[in-house]
Amino acid sequence: MHTKTIAELARGLRSGEFSSVELTRNFLDRITQYQNLNAFITVTADQALAQAEAADKKLAAGSTGLMTGIPIAQKDIFCTDGVKTSCGSKMLDNFIAPYDATVVTKFNDAGAVMLGKLNMDEFAMGSSNETSFYGPVLNPWDTNAVPGGSSGGSAAAVAARLVPGVTGTDTGGSIRQPAALCGITGLKPTYGRVSRYGMIAYASSLDQGGPMTRTAEDAAILLQTMAGFDEKDSTSVDKPVPDYLASIAQKLDGLTIGLPKEFFGEGLDAGIAAIIESAVDEYRRLGATVKEVSMPNLKYAIPAYYIIAPAECSANLSRFDGVRFGYRCENPADLTDLYTRSRGEGFGKEVKRRILIGTYALSAGYYDAYYLKAQKVRRLISEDFKKALSDVDVIMGPVTPSTAFGLGEKTGDPIQMYLSDIYTIAINLAGLPAISIPAGFLNAMPVGLQIIGQYFAEDRLLNVAHQYQQVTDWHQRSPKGFE
Amino acid sequence: MDNQKWEVVIGLEIHTQLATQSKIFSGASTAYGAEPNIQACAVDLGLPGVLPVLNEEAVRMAVKFGLAIEAEIAPYSVFARKNYFYPDLPKGYQISQFELPIVGKGYLDIEVDGVKKRIGVTRAHLEEDAGKSLHEDFHGLTGIDLNRAGTPLLEIVSEPDMRSAKEAVAYMRQLHELVRYLEICDGNMQEGSFRCDANVSVRPKGQKEFGTRAEIKNINSFKFVEKAINHEIERQVDLIDAGGRVVQETRLYDANKDETRSMRSKEEANDYRYFPDPDLLPVFISEALKAQIKATLPELPGAKKQRFIEQYGQDDESATTLTSSRELADFYEQVVQLSAGEAKLATNWMTGDVLGALNKAGLDISHCPVSPERLSGLIKRIADNTISGKIAKQVFDKLWNGTATADEIIEQEGLVQITDMGAIEAIIDTIIANNQGQVEQFRSGKDKVFGFFVGQVMKETQGKANPAEVNKMLMAKLKG
Amino acid sequence: MSLTADDVKKIAHLARLGINPQDEDNYAQDLSGILDLMVQMGSLDTSEVLPMAHPMDQSQRLRPDKVTEQNQREKFQAIAPQVEEGLYLVPKVIE
Repeated sequence: MHTKTIAELARGLRSGEFSSVELTRNFLDRITQYQNLNAFITVTADQALAQAEAADKKLAAGSTGLMTGIPIAQKDIFCTDGVKTSCGSKMLDNFIAPYDATVVTKFNDAGAVMLGKLNMDEFAMGSSNETSFYGPVLNPWDTNAVPGGSSGGSAAAVAARLVPGVTGTDTGGSIRQPAALCGITGLKPTYGRVSRYGMIAYASSLDQGGPMTRTAEDAAILLQTMAGFDEKDSTSVDKPVPDYLASIAQKLDGLTIGLPKEFFGEGLDAGIAAIIESAVDEYRRLGATVKEVSMPNLKYAIPAYYIIAPAECSANLSRFDGVRFGYRCENPADLTDLYTRSRGEGFGKEVKRRILIGTYALSAGYYDAYYLKAQKVRRLISEDFKKALSDVDVIMGPVTPSTAFGLGEKTGDPIQMYLSDIYTIAINLAGLPAISIPAGFLNAMPVGLQIIGQYFAEDRLLNVAHQYQQVTDWHQRSPKGFE
Repeated sequence: MDNQKWEVVIGLEIHTQLATQSKIFSGASTAYGAEPNIQACAVDLGLPGVLPVLNEEAVRMAVKFGLAIEAEIAPYSVFARKNYFYPDLPKGYQISQFELPIVGKGYLDIEVDGVKKRIGVTRAHLEEDAGKSLHEDFHGLTGIDLNRAGTPLLEIVSEPDMRSAKEAVAYMRQLHELVRYLEICDGNMQEGSFRCDANVSVRPKGQKEFGTRAEIKNINSFKFVEKAINHEIERQVDLIDAGGRVVQETRLYDANKDETRSMRSKEEANDYRYFPDPDLLPVFISEALKAQIKATLPELPGAKKQRFIEQYGQDDESATTLTSSRELADFYEQVVQLSAGEAKLATNWMTGDVLGALNKAGLDISHCPVSPERLSGLIKRIADNTISGKIAKQVFDKLWNGTATADEIIEQEGLVQITDMGAIEAIIDTIIANNQGQVEQFRSGKDKVFGFFVGQVMKETQGKANPAEVNKMLMAKLKG
Repeated sequence: MSLTADDVKKIAHLARLGINPQDEDNYAQDLSGILDLMVQMGSLDTSEVLPMAHPMDQSQRLRPDKVTEQNQREKFQAIAPQVEEGLYLVPKVIE
């Protein structure tokens, strides 16, 4: 059962090939079997079985929803009523969320079965899942390598077939990069397409939730459930959600692909460049034409991002003060001691680093030079994309400069870690949708292809990704030992 | 203080709680006086993952205020985060407005001792209120109630245009009256709906630059504002005279001790790190919306006062008094209407007996025991000479203390004015006959004795005679 | 741009973030390295560019003024570190 896609599982549930309870048990067993991957922070077995039973009743009554009875898991950044929601942090190790995130409500309403909460970099700050309070997640393709981050648990769980589809969040590449490093499909929707309500904020103007699955078709099914306007989120966009499956089978004749020359310069592993080129060739065979585009301001994306994201995070994380929820230090001597020790003991090193950077960038005398400058650069980058996308349908390029690096390899050098976000970060600054799909292997490790689309063109991205997956089998490959 | 030597410079920051049903960024109730934390919802508590959504009514109220002070309404305004740690501030930042407030420059006219003055309003911006720290002893700890957190505030910042505590109080009163006229704030100062911080500095007369200012917080009554500011002026002048320097700081007014003291907890320099709140988008106010809100503006105090003078023939003082609140003005106009246009009588009764009685009882007009209907009933009987002014006062007492109408009281007590001139003439004749000594005195030029005769007549008629008629007839008879 | 351990201490205090004194140098080094990345941006002329706070050029939606939230104090305070009589407790606040 675990080898099937969500589309196949939905058919199996409807035909009575298996029940949701059987399916759920099967995946729960695999989660236990592969707990060494450390992909889950919390497994909600009892709740999952109850949801599966309810789903089976709905199916028997003729439910037509594709998600009914399908096991999923949530990144531990989404608040789940009555279930621990840690955000990968000691700060929230004791936090039982008292409400559901909108995305969680939507999955519940769709009849999905939540198996548990997935490991992640602390407060989604990291590119390797090594900043989690709960320890690193292992990459199923090589357990000495990182799965990527911050949605590392999400990517590893799908790659290892512990769950057919999950949620992730992407602030600077946190869905696409782990999807690429674990050989799965990950979609970061347009900013505002998926509600952020109940998704613990890292950098509010960049954060966006999205699906992580094995195939583009499954991503379409999950996105259908997740997407939509939410009156509780002022930044969510009131725009109808198209039927993502309806356009997925469309042929690609006439598709124009833009290749930004800045994506293929210094720093990109030659092996990855070759894989991306052959993926683009595959698209040529599918009827696409290819053009070079230029985004001269792309090189400023990393500095702009590492001002804007920390600045927003420095304020977003001020609410963790030991007063109303979360970690509180022992015997605070006074108010300042309560704050500094609760936050000092509750947050890990990377989170502190970003709070410090953000606090500094916003402080008196530095605001214009750093924060305001970064916001202006953000507009320039965004305009580069708009210009390029006025000429082409989609932009393609690598997701990461290299394949998954070794555990511990970059933890000592935060800047090296930041630089590995080079191909993903700019998309968040612009707020555009982008998908990462498996495109080949380099030294037996997966490589992802990134496809970037127009605002709200998730349907087009899913279509373009799906057509590639009809003629390639990279997305069907399974890591050894997890078949 | 030596008034020749020093000039005082005052600017006020007034926080008005907007009278919305729900909070500025959440659907929790803003009702005052609930049990601790039962009106603090997930958004107000700043739980992880929650997001703010702006209350439409708060925006409309801010625009309404802006239009009323003829201010620029920003077509585009932005919410910002003001970062600081305090236990009554759940998110560690307050959502406020910084660079682009919703209301720009406007003004308010005040009058002190007959002198009119225009006070500039620099800006007014929307923000969320904080919770409350309760310092009662919880084993040496402080209790935090977040019911108030997220209540919409309009912070109205004046220019440093005031030159005395009196002017500051006049400005504050004028503003208080205005926000209540606009029905955007209940103005309840005990409950903290209208709070004032004052920036006070002094400078030698003739000096251009401002002196260093101190900010006095927590002055929440008109009386305290005047006292606190005067106290602070004195403190600063004494300090400078003694060779010291005023330091820029926040001081707390202690009403019990009538003094200001430095706030220890806010001593360190604040760096609020304002930046645009990424959870909220810019607010656009269209010309159409402005026009729509403008159409809902009530008649403002100044215009109403002018109209009262013209329409009802009031003097400046009466018009000022009767337009000092919208409720009072409405009450007055109802009385005029119900008494078929007896504007002058209504003015006299309202500014005299009614306000006097209210004042004595410590009530405001909305709690007046005599309704406009009952008051106008009385006024009608005075106007048609059914009762005299003197009797009217007795009737008013009974109106105040009971539920009967003026007509019922007049009937039950037999207070109808004696209009039968023959009867009055008989009474006058008897009195003249019985008091020949006084008649002689009058006729020999002692005019004062006239009062004695009037008193006698009124005594005999139990005040029911028309005084003007009595005077006329008495004079004729005495002069013989 | 080079930050010192002392700068780190000041920023950490502003953020109410406890940091081990022995880590201050390390943070100073990391932060300086990150700020060095920003130097690249300095060369870019942005004098004519409007800052971009949001990816979408949209206006704030307004919510009708209705009370929609019920009392959930018990549930919310079940996860609080210290409460009494419905109040959150903190060390004494001195004004």
